[in-house]
Amino acid sequence: MTVLVWIAVALIGGAGSVLRFLVDGAVSARFGGRFPLGTFVVNCTGAVLLGLVGGLAFNGDAALLAGTAAVGSYTTFSTWMLETHRVGEERRVAAAVSNVLLSLVFGVGAAALGQWIGVRL
Amino acid sequence: MQPRDRRELGAIFAGGALGTLVRAVLSELFVQDPTSWPWVTFGVNLVGAALLGYFTTRLQERLPMTSYRRPMLGTGLCGGLTTFSTMQVELLKMLEHHVYGLALGYAAASVCGGFLAVYAATALVRRVRIRS
Repeated sequence: MTVLVWIAVALIGGAGSVLRFLVDGAVSARFGGRFPLGTFVVNCTGAVLLGLVGGLAFNGDAALLAGTAAVGSYTTFSTWMLETHRVGEERRVAAAVSNVLLSLVFGVGAAALGQWIGVRL
Repeated sequence: MQPRDRRELGAIFAGGALGTLVRAVLSELFVQDPTSWPWVTFGVNLVGAALLGYFTTRLQERLPMTSYRRPMLGTGLCGGLTTFSTMQVELLKMLEHHVYGLALGYAAASVCGGFLAVYAATALVRRVRIRS
């Protein structure tokens, strides 16, 4: 049983990563601007979902699979930082700073929204 | 929508599966109180940021674009290993528990640390160019 759970964690994590790649690509292709909007959209939608998972009070394996594996792999911290660094390297300091601050403000707000919905379902 | 490179998606899947597994094992081993410093998320995020800076710079600027290493190691492994959503929920919990200093410190340390990790890894790969 435990082995099956960990296999599921890996498979769900792989699927979440592919979904992130596809959503990022679709958003960037449609709204391709100078701001890294693809990662921003992925991360904020993921924060809503993880807040929702928390609000629904999943526990044990359900929380591990839905929260840590699925939503955790869908969102990314590393790309957020890499894109901030690369934007900063282009001397676009305002874009770099706003990418950090907007992600934090909207990220916590999105998590709160998801949790608010979750506890009412 | 243009046709997708199935092998690229497969590479992302494989890397993402491994990265997620490592993060999930760590998060289960070290369960944390919402009012304490989230070492697991903080740790995987900084390590993942450093690795992504290294892989992206090396594979994009130093080696020919021939392999599936970048989607596997960058988008897959580093993306799966690190997480934005968990960090935001941890920040939300800190705010709900009124530990504002911890929330501010955690957010600032994650962002500054993550940025410095990317910066240092990038500079490490480019050191030949920087010296010349």
